[in-house]
Amino acid sequence: MELLERFAAGDLEAFESLFRQHQGEVYRWIMRIVRNPATAEDLTVETFWRMYRAHARFDPAKGNCGAWLRRIATNAAIDHLRRARREISLPDDFAAEARQPPGEQFELRREILRAMNRLSPRVRAVILLALVEEEPYERIAQALGISENAVKVRVFRGVRILRKTLVQAGVYP
Amino acid sequence: MKEPEIDDLKKLLKESLLPVRGSELERDLWPAMLHRFDQRTFRVPWWDWTLLAAAAGLLFFFPGIIPALLYHL
Repeated sequence: MELLERFAAGDLEAFESLFRQHQGEVYRWIMRIVRNPATAEDLTVETFWRMYRAHARFDPAKGNCGAWLRRIATNAAIDHLRRARREISLPDDFAAEARQPPGEQFELRREILRAMNRLSPRVRAVILLALVEEEPYERIAQALGISENAVKVRVFRGVRILRKTLVQAGVYP
Repeated sequence: MKEPEIDDLKKLLKESLLPVRGSELERDLWPAMLHRFDQRTFRVPWWDWTLLAAAAGLLFFFPGIIPALLYHL
């Protein structure tokens, strides 16, 4: 039996094979949205947990396990952003933390993080994927389960809110 | 909104929030996955079984307490 068929039937060994094949890819995708390695690791496990629970709904004939996983991962990451938004005032940002910009640059980054945190989690995920990580709209649309046009609308909406928030804070992009 | 406005903001965002495209997973997460399975598996602790056995024994040897118990439920 094919690996995907065995997984759909609930075979744990098949699940382990799929886990080992896709864990790196899922981690990288989540990292682009949450931008923190520890959180990305937790959410990778959460993604596969959701995948395992939904094994009976997976159709091996459709076959694209990677795309299905990316969609589950995106939802898990957005759920995290939603929780984090309620709990902390500024989002985690591993890449930006690592760079430690001095003085004025630090203030600028703080304002940008604050503005990003004002976006809804779904719009924030789209802005990070489309503008910072430069993922193609088609891939983002697949991961969110929406059309490319809807992605463009979210980008425009996000850019408008960010510009407005930054201008209010005295930053002119 | 014009494309240059998006490009300006994109440049600003990319300068402040570095892309994390190159980030790689540094450890195997399968042990963490197994731990997650263990956490979610429903297990009844041994002391719960002990309490259940004691309650069942009590009801068996002293059936007179059943109406009183039902009255208080």
